[in-house]
Formats: sequence, structure tokens, C-alpha cells
Amino acid sequence: MSKKNTALLTTLADILGERLVSSSDALHEITIEILSDDLLSVMRLLKEVESLQFHQLIDLSAVDYLEYGKADWQTQSASSDGFSRGVGATEISDSVEKSRRFCVVYHLLSVEHNYRLRVKCYLGEESPRLHSVAEIWAVADWYEREAFDLFGILFDNHPDLRRILTDYGFIGHPFRKDFPLEGYVEVRYDPEKKRVVNQPVSIEPRTLVPKVIREEDWLHSSKSLSEVEDA
Amino acid sequence: MPEIRNLTMNFGPQHPAAHGVLRLILEMDGEVIERADPHIGLLHRGTEKLAENKPYNQSIGYMDRLDYVSMMCNEHAYVLAIEKLLQITPPVRAQYIRVMFDEVTRILNHLMWLGAHGLDIGAMTMFLYCFREREDLMDCYEAVSGTRMHATYYRPGGVYRDLPETMPQYEVSKWRSEKEVQKLNENRSGSLLDFLQDFVDRFPACVDEYETLLTDNRIWKQRTVDIGIVTPERALELGFTGPMLRGSGVVWDLRKKQPYEVYRELDFDIPVGTNGDCYDRYLVRVEEMRQSAKIIGQCINWLKVNPGPVILQDPKLVAPDRESMKGDMESLIHHFKLFTEGYCVPRGEAYAAVEHPKGEFGIYLVSDGANKPYRVKARASGFAHLSAMNEMVQGHMLSDVVAVIGTMDIVFGEVDR
Repeated sequence: MSKKNTALLTTLADILGERLVSSSDALHEITIEILSDDLLSVMRLLKEVESLQFHQLIDLSAVDYLEYGKADWQTQSASSDGFSRGVGATEISDSVEKSRRFCVVYHLLSVEHNYRLRVKCYLGEESPRLHSVAEIWAVADWYEREAFDLFGILFDNHPDLRRILTDYGFIGHPFRKDFPLEGYVEVRYDPEKKRVVNQPVSIEPRTLVPKVIREEDWLHSSKSLSEVEDA
Repeated sequence: MPEIRNLTMNFGPQHPAAHGVLRLILEMDGEVIERADPHIGLLHRGTEKLAENKPYNQSIGYMDRLDYVSMMCNEHAYVLAIEKLLQITPPVRAQYIRVMFDEVTRILNHLMWLGAHGLDIGAMTMFLYCFREREDLMDCYEAVSGTRMHATYYRPGGVYRDLPETMPQYEVSKWRSEKEVQKLNENRSGSLLDFLQDFVDRFPACVDEYETLLTDNRIWKQRTVDIGIVTPERALELGFTGPMLRGSGVVWDLRKKQPYEVYRELDFDIPVGTNGDCYDRYLVRVEEMRQSAKIIGQCINWLKVNPGPVILQDPKLVAPDRESMKGDMESLIHHFKLFTEGYCVPRGEAYAAVEHPKGEFGIYLVSDGANKPYRVKARASGFAHLSAMNEMVQGHMLSDVVAVIGTMDIVFGEVDR
């Protein structure tokens, strides 16, 4: 942990007080978590307080935690007929905490102090909504439109919340984990109607490489395979 | 007297000055813009979602296709993010190679930008001049990776292979006589480093040539001076980075302020503008090309005298070489595992950013410990810049829209992702 990051963490704790749900310093990056109700006031402070001056919103993105930590293929346990063979996509169970399914992640940069900060704000599954920060950073306008388009997160008081990346008339929010990679519709040119038409998607879903989670920390060990087997 | 009313005009998506597939809805009062509404997403390919469904290494090639005129810089941010999560550092030689190719890429990008920007506002010759030099750098890409554009050269842990000892040669054909070929191949007789050294030596004179054509050109100045002015405060709020921010006079460059790889060891300057108009941004970028050439020169000197490994020798992360794979069972297993499953990255999240030719290009990676990223978010500078379009063109004439699009250095591969 560098001195600079420690100093920033202390300043943040002083300024935000109870509004700071949690904070961490991992991989030299500072992450704080706040509640969605406090968003506007916290962001204002972060931008305006002399010792922080986060004048730039570098990035705003959303994450859907629906499948977090779920693998297609169990590598730890074997049944009587060997290890499971993951060939299909993971079935989505209800085990995810519904109140923390979505997360909006803000990456802030202070040009004056050379600080970076990640602010996370978790949202529930049912109609996720959050206050817009477009009045604080003008660039948030498009970033929030993107998060709305791809994840279906609503931003209150946004000047113009329209879809931005997907096609005109698109249905659904494609970056949610329960939206299939192939999508639902495909387009083709219809020579009879003489225009481009939508039709249900014809490609089969398939998983080329199953998702596997291996927690072992073999990456930094310079042990060779034979040594691992002996152990 | 006829009634005068506002006109709504559609610009693009198929317009040579739209730099790809930008569609602009312009509300005009006569020839003056009142409001501009950019419609983007026509090139949206869902890169991030695709990357979430593939092992880490298979997405490196996708990153090339984001900003397709500065390919290796995109890879760089992605590879850095993975390395951050894995907590590994590539060998120093690999870091020098990366920095050298980042700067080659910066020149590639700025040449493309200068040519296209010039062409848009009437300087046809620029395009031809810029592409002349661009060709040589493309050859460097080809020499090192085998392809001229989508290199997939950077890997987590280093770069794919060491710099080649030979350059690709021109061959005699129906269109090229032996004498011509000999002349073309003159500077290609040595290694890639010799070729690049030759390039760096003659490139400043080429930049002088561009500047002779543009910098004091009355027409060029009429089209760019005082067009699209952005104040430093506003530039920060609008999320500007890179030359767009420096053009407004903010001294900010990740290579200096948050140095990654070996930028700390290198000597170069950061040009900064004063007025924040299109002309200043032009001057900033032209000077950046000169500085890049300087950095490349320093990298060449280091690389020539410091041989060594260019990628980590970790069999769990990097494929074993062909020879050992054919003879050694363990290498064969590693090879098989790497290409069928990939490697798992520890749980956590990381944001890695590089000073991309267009601004800050960052990759936000969330990993749940699997062999595929859980979430990839590419922070593209062009997206933030384009969102300021409305503000920058208000009150300007229709023809200035083209100048503003040009000065933003928009590439739709990264805006739409």
C-alpha cells in the first residue's frame, strides 16, 4: 500500500464519515462503496473538496453480478462417473442477493492531486435506479445512456435518457447476464418486402470453452507439474 | 417574403467526412448550427460481451479492432489489466518493445488523423504525404507480428516474440523493375531496429514538410483557429483526455504522471496548447509525433545492446515453444491446457489505463477467478470526446462541423465498441 493511497483513504474517511459503507486498497487501487441515496451528495463532495478535487469522471460502467463466481464445470468435486463436463451455459439460480445484483462503477480522476478513485454503488434487481450525475460531470450524460441501454439502469433527472449503442427499436438490455450472447433477433434483407426485416435468431447457442474457476494459486509458483503431483 | 425557419439536417452515416459511421442530426438556423445530436452505435459489435465469453487470451485480437488505427495501444491496456490482476511484471526488454511499439502506433495514428483531417478541410496533399510514411510503420507491424494492422502482438507476461532480424523485402514484378526494387529495399537490408532507426532519422524532416504545408497556411488557419474552443475547466468536466485536454492547456499525460512500463526512464516532452481550439490541438499532435520519434530512438538504443527474454517463462501462462512441445510430455500438457481452457485469473477488479494516441484508453476488468473475464469495460476516449460534439459545434457554421469531427480524432471502432 503506497503512502499516497493511505493518505487518500484517511481523507475520504474524514470527509465522508458515515456515508462511506466500505473502502479498500487492492492492487494499488482505491475502491469505496456508497449507498445509492447518498450518491449525489458524496459525488459533489468528491468533486468540490479542496483536498480531493475529482474534476474528471473517467468512466462510468455497470456490472451485472448475476453469475458471479458460478462456473460451468465443477473442478473440485468428482461424482462416480468422473468430473462433470460443462458443455452448456450455466443455469441461473436464484441464489444471488437480489438487492446487490447490479453495480454502477464510477472511475474518478483528480488531475490536481493525481489521485484515482473507484466508487461503487450497488442496486437491486427490481427496477434498478439511481440519481444521475450529469449535473456534476457533463460527460456522465452519455455514459449513463450507455448503462441504461446495455443494463437497463434508470437514472433520475437525466437530461435525455435514450438508447445509445443498440439499434433503433431494440428490445432488451443486452449486457445483462441473462441476455443470451446470440440475442433474440437477427436481421436480413427481404427481397419481397424490399426492406430489412427482423426475424427470430437462427444460430444455436454454443459454448466453445466452458467457464472454469480454479482457485489454486499455481500461477506464481514456479513448481513444475511433477512437483505438484508429488505434493 | 418567404418564411424563414429552422432546418433539421441529416449528416451521415455514409459521409466521407464522418470518419466512419457517424450520424448527426443537425438543427440549423440558416448555416449556423443550433443543436447537434450524434447518433452512434452503428458499429456496435458487443466487444465487451464477446470478451466475457472467451478465455482471456482470445480477446487480445478483439482489442485491436476497437480503435483500428492504433491497434497495439488497445492491446496494451487490456494486457496491463490482466497483468495487474495476476500481479506479474513482464521482462524489461518486453517493456521496451511495448513502449517502442506504442510510440510507433502513436505516429501511425497521428499520421492517419493528420491526413484525414487535412483532407476533410481541403488539404488533399496531406493525405498522400502522411500515407507515404505510414506505409513504413505498417511494415514494422508486419515484420514483428505478421499482419499489417491487427497485430495481437502483446501478451500477458510480455510480447509474442522477439524483434525480427530481417525486414520483409519488395520483390521484382511486372510493375516494379529490379532497379526500383533495389532502391526500395535499401533500408531494409538490416534488422527491424535498423529500419526503424532509419525511419526515426528521416521522420523529423517529414514532419517539417507537413508543417510547411499547413502550419502557416492561411486557409488552414482560417479553418481551424478559434474553431471549437474548449476552456480547461470545461475540458475536464467533459471528460477530455489526451491531446484534446492538452490542447486546452491542461498539463496531463499518463506517461509522465502515472508512468507505466519504462516511460520513467525515457526523456521526452509533453506539448501543451493555450487556446483550446482546433489549431492548438493540431500543433499538439504534430509535436507529439516528433516526441514519439525521439522516444523510439531511445528505445532502439537500449534494445540494441540489451538482449534477453521478451516474455515470462511461466508455463501456466505462456505457451511452451514448439520444440519442447514436440519432445516433452509436460510441455504438451501445458500447451493443451492453455489452448483448451486458458488460465484462471484471481478474483478481483482492476483498471489499467494507457496514454493512447487519442487520450486515456482504459480497461476495467472484473474477475471471479475464472478463465474468462467476468466483465470487461473499455473506456474509450473517443466516446467522451464525441459526447461533447453538441457543445463544441453550437454557433459554428456547417462546414466547421467537419473541422470539429476531424479535431476530435474520432474512430468508430472504439466509440461504438
